[in-house]
Amino acid sequence: MGVLKMRSVWFRRSLLLSFVAMFTVVACGGGGTQNAGSVKVMATWTGDEQASFFAVMKPFTDSTGIKIEYEASRDQDALLTTRVAAGNPPDLAAAPSPTLLTNFAKQGKVISLNSIVDMTKLKAENAQTWIDLGMPAGDGKLYQIYSWVSLKGLIWYNPKNFQAKSYSIPSTWDALTGLQSTIKAGGTTPWCIGLESGAASGWPGSDWVKEIVLSQSGATVYDNWWQGKQKWTSPEIKLAWTTWGTILGPGDSNVYGGAKSMASTSFTDAGTPMFQTPPKCYMHNQASFITSFFKSANPSVVAGTDYNFFPLPDIKVAGAHVVAGDAWSMFHDTPQARKMIQYLTTPAAQEIWVKRGGKISPNSKVSLDSYPDQLSKSTAQILVNTKVGKYDAGDLMPADMKNAYWSAVLKFAANQNQLDTILADLDKVQAKAYT
Amino acid sequence: MDFSVLLTDLPTLVAVIIGVPAVLAAYIIGGEYLVRRLPDKWRPAVRPWIWVAPALALVAGFLVIPSVGTVITSFEDKKGNFVGLNNYATQLGGFPTGGAWIAIRDNLYWLIFYTLFVLAFGLLLAVLFDRVPYENVVKSLIFMPMAISSVATVIIWKFMYAYQPPGQPQTGTLNYLLNTLFHQDPRTWIQDTTPLLGLIPINNLALIGAAVWGIVGFSMVILSAALKGIPGDLLEAARVDGAGEITIFRRVIFPLMMPTVVVVGTTLVIFALKAFDTVYAMTAGNYETDVLANRMYKLLYFSNDNPGASAVAVILLVTVVPVLIFNLRQFRAVESRR
Repeated sequence: MGVLKMRSVWFRRSLLLSFVAMFTVVACGGGGTQNAGSVKVMATWTGDEQASFFAVMKPFTDSTGIKIEYEASRDQDALLTTRVAAGNPPDLAAAPSPTLLTNFAKQGKVISLNSIVDMTKLKAENAQTWIDLGMPAGDGKLYQIYSWVSLKGLIWYNPKNFQAKSYSIPSTWDALTGLQSTIKAGGTTPWCIGLESGAASGWPGSDWVKEIVLSQSGATVYDNWWQGKQKWTSPEIKLAWTTWGTILGPGDSNVYGGAKSMASTSFTDAGTPMFQTPPKCYMHNQASFITSFFKSANPSVVAGTDYNFFPLPDIKVAGAHVVAGDAWSMFHDTPQARKMIQYLTTPAAQEIWVKRGGKISPNSKVSLDSYPDQLSKSTAQILVNTKVGKYDAGDLMPADMKNAYWSAVLKFAANQNQLDTILADLDKVQAKAYT
Repeated sequence: MDFSVLLTDLPTLVAVIIGVPAVLAAYIIGGEYLVRRLPDKWRPAVRPWIWVAPALALVAGFLVIPSVGTVITSFEDKKGNFVGLNNYATQLGGFPTGGAWIAIRDNLYWLIFYTLFVLAFGLLLAVLFDRVPYENVVKSLIFMPMAISSVATVIIWKFMYAYQPPGQPQTGTLNYLLNTLFHQDPRTWIQDTTPLLGLIPINNLALIGAAVWGIVGFSMVILSAALKGIPGDLLEAARVDGAGEITIFRRVIFPLMMPTVVVVGTTLVIFALKAFDTVYAMTAGNYETDVLANRMYKLLYFSNDNPGASAVAVILLVTVVPVLIFNLRQFRAVESRR
């Protein structure tokens, strides 16, 4: 009897101890996420870009003591969707494609920023394009702010090659196609194009198409198109594809290596043949970020002397440019997250990355002198002078449409004769993707 | 690198390290305490369930309930209304190129060629290396890719398959060999959909090849173990009876290894059906290399089409389950023969 009693006391004690331990787990688990003085941030920046972002945040942490808990993923669509669905999103997320954040805004998962940022100041310092883009839900509420942007449709070339053949910079579309024929007559392919980009393969070609749509058919067609109100088989969009076809040439004969090379060359390496002697191609269409890849492939090249750019000449609409940018959204309304969003809208914060290179600020208070070299300065100048600035259409389309668009680019580059089938297939996706 | 973030999570970490075992201990002790309170004759009936319950709860919570949920979702539209077999009709309509058919076709390629190659190479390597003194060294080398993650394997093989236009120095190993040894024009291995010998598109074969390289060590090691289990006197007796080495392999070794070959084979069939990482990382399903698992991923995250993705998942599940059951039966048969 005594032994049994002893044992049951031991059992009760161990039970009690275990329950205490269990409650400790629950209590600590709850406490850990509420850590005072930090902001959980998710973005796609890794490597050099991550270092630049940390450099931007250093003065913020130094002055406020608020720490940044940073998480980077290239697979942001999947990761953020899962985290939001699980009720565990970061405090702030920066996305290179605002569609994802727009979806969350429409689902009521992100916090309106109207009362958090100084709207009057934001409107005074940023072009209307960026404010409009930040209000995607159509309810007059600001859900996204843009900290850095980039300009698409820059034609990169090697000035030494152009000098050697005394080619001049084309300022009109006709001059561009003329130059293209001259280069081809000289026995070299005019264009370097690479479409390979892992799961996103095809996007470099989609840039061509959307730039042509905007410059050829104007803002209304462009907006209707990404909003799903303009069919892919419509004359305007089809014309854009066939115009890109005249750049590629019959059977892709204007592109170095033809269809095979386009499909298998990564966009990061596509421009490299411009720097070979003799050059294998003379021109390469890419956004401003590409210079860092020129440098990593050929460390000796110098901005301005070995590579330079001219904007894709206007087709019909003057001064129309496709832009892209990093959009921020807030998922948890904490005092720390508020401070960080406010900080990110300031020219002082944006200038830090601008000075480190690779980014352009949408804020007009950031001086042109902050840009580290002549090239980025002229990019910023073009952006300031842009008459029709439109955000990257692919990034505004629903993900399903965007991916079908990219795949269509690959199919078109492989065989231009299939265009009608490709566009009809895109119409089918369009009919379903916007519901 | 700033490690201070780790420090802020330290209390949680400590709580988990101490708390999880404590909770488990509490459960076991508490369960035993309750069982002892029961009348003697009930105890043997209740006790096993107390011990199995946590495992059952985990299986139910992480496998059964989500599976049932997936099946239900596959019969609904995006808003949750019942639509019958509509989602399956979308996935299985438009034969031979619409819906999920390209993915199904490619899964079939994986099923046949991946399984066949891994088994054949595994068996060949196991049998041949059995006869050389440096067996352990080469086997370790062949096994090594197993330690590499699939995505890293893909990166390596992307270099192997790299393409440069004709006339340029070929940076890809395969195209370099093709160029220097056979004086052929380079090929775009990952993009080329030309069927090889009328059987399988080159790019599908290229993807499967990369995956085979990564897994062949697995089948080699298991088959080699089975081979070592064959008694030497059996082989000796066959030799005394005048059988040649090839006959011995065909008539003695292979039949004795058959049960193991079947288990490895069915495991590989399951691997082939759920193939994802190689495809995702190498082509993302472009150029007609899509497989069901990748299609499910795309429907779920790119199209926000939960019902469609669920339908694909159910199709995949329905295909895998019979193989799974067969595999378990075989495995048990092999075990019971030991």
